[in-house]
Amino acid sequence: MNKIRKETFRLFCANRAALFGLLFVVVFIFIGLFGSILVPADPFEMVATPLTGPGSEMILGSDYLGRDVFVGIIHGTQATMIIATTATLVTVFIGITIGALAGYYGGLIDNVLMRVTEFFQVLPPLVFAMVIVAVFSSDILVVILAIAITTWTTEARLTRAEFLKLKEQDFVTASRAIGVRNFRIITKVILPNAMPPIIIAITLRVGITIIYEAALSFLGLTDPDIITWGKMIGQSRDYFFDAWWTVTFPGLAILLVVLCIALIGDGLNDAFNPKLRGR
Amino acid sequence: MIQAIIQRILLGILLIFGVIVLNFFLLQAAPGDVVDAMLAEAGGGDPELAARLRQSYGLDQPVYIQLIKYLGQVCIGDLGYSFYYEEPVAKLILSHLPTTLMLTLSALVLAVILGTLFGVYAAIKPKGFFSNFVTVFSLFGYATPVFWLGMIVLLVFALYLPWFPAFGIRSIPEPEDPLERILDIIHHLVLPTFTLAVLYLANYSRISRASMLDVMGADYIRTARTKGLSERKVIFKHALKNASLPVVTLAGLQLAQVFSGAVLVETVFSLPGVGPLLYESIMRRDFPVILGVLFGAATTTIVANIITDLIYKWMDPRIQSIT
Repeated sequence: MNKIRKETFRLFCANRAALFGLLFVVVFIFIGLFGSILVPADPFEMVATPLTGPGSEMILGSDYLGRDVFVGIIHGTQATMIIATTATLVTVFIGITIGALAGYYGGLIDNVLMRVTEFFQVLPPLVFAMVIVAVFSSDILVVILAIAITTWTTEARLTRAEFLKLKEQDFVTASRAIGVRNFRIITKVILPNAMPPIIIAITLRVGITIIYEAALSFLGLTDPDIITWGKMIGQSRDYFFDAWWTVTFPGLAILLVVLCIALIGDGLNDAFNPKLRGR
Repeated sequence: MIQAIIQRILLGILLIFGVIVLNFFLLQAAPGDVVDAMLAEAGGGDPELAARLRQSYGLDQPVYIQLIKYLGQVCIGDLGYSFYYEEPVAKLILSHLPTTLMLTLSALVLAVILGTLFGVYAAIKPKGFFSNFVTVFSLFGYATPVFWLGMIVLLVFALYLPWFPAFGIRSIPEPEDPLERILDIIHHLVLPTFTLAVLYLANYSRISRASMLDVMGADYIRTARTKGLSERKVIFKHALKNASLPVVTLAGLQLAQVFSGAVLVETVFSLPGVGPLLYESIMRRDFPVILGVLFGAATTTIVANIITDLIYKWMDPRIQSIT
């Protein structure tokens, strides 16, 4: 096992694109953690003439209220990161739990859980999340839960498929034969072996969640007290024909981060499945 | 076969019932009810009037009786009433649905067809330029927010290069000639459809490339080649059909997602579809409309899923024999 892990690690490090992505994501995490200290300006403060173009005074220009776009992007990193990681964790937790139970126990439990999964799959994720936020509140916690509730089905199906594949294998039968309890078999015997595809899915999920959160913020369905990239784009909607920079730069920030996450995901995929390289 | 179809349809009906029940509870959880909306529209009213109205609408009855009544109402197509638009919700949604369906379906069909073709061409030379292009393209497709792409597309193709209209679905005034009118609508739909399609296209071309590479190594392809069939025939007659299966499956599964994308694209391009209706109703907290949209979208997806299932069965006879 250890040898395989080392080999996986070596393959990942040999992938330059993936390392590049990882480096950039680390930079973004750094900005998320310390951005508000390095650029202490208030992102909500009006500091310039509205809709000033990018230039020497403000590197990325100002928006319709005269707020600095660059400061907004730096401060928005934090909110974007926190919401994306928390929502991903909740999504993955729900998905893995349901997928593992369905795949491991099979029969009636599987049947019921899969019908529930199908039910959630027919609800358009963004529309459902918009409804949840509208009905309850645009509190940050509600937004995170709305994202998780509407997207966990992918991870559930994936985990279930892995469990179905693994549960009949000898090492699982052996654990059962020596009397290991079901909970332990699920968490300690099967799950670690099901991890490679799940890790790839989690990586890609972070990117999807960033875009998803941005879409909700773009529509104005987010906490009014925080600044996010999506919200910057949404608020500039009525002005972007006069001021391209107000939407272009926050969008590029999203594109860049998610692209780097995709590169990491690709690298992990190649490292876990060396035979399928390039597919 | 027929039994499988019936089973599939019954499951679909069960799912629709589930959506109605969910809708009912969301409506219960929403702040304010019909009477509040009515009184707000009428400019207020005393509590006694409110109580009397609640009684006449059956809002004082236990929850399960209200649920049964609500189920009955939805079954006969009554999704409630919007006091803002002064119209029944069902009528409101039906009048906005054609635009959304047109956008969603044309984007999806475009993405599936072009995506499959891109994948096939990429798979012919797995190390070639086009193959690498597909890989990079799919990365960008994954990473680009659709609403942002829409705005950039607008900046480039409506503002800097004024080739396409920036908003709406019809010119004002509308052309007289019916043919010109259709062309006018198509002209308006080019940018939104492209925006929505391109991200899925990126994804599908990658998947189709992967499955094509898989299929090309299969025995039956070697057989076809040794029979002396032209490479063209091998690829387009034998490999393509199997290689496109994963794309069709995925497109069917993603319908709900594409619908979500359409909501955003319509909002960006100000198309008179379900998207802006939903957006504005959320801003106004017009809950019957909001939940009506959720119901309509889910029902459409359920029906479309059944249809994709049938197409899939028709395309892949192996599945027929299993079920």
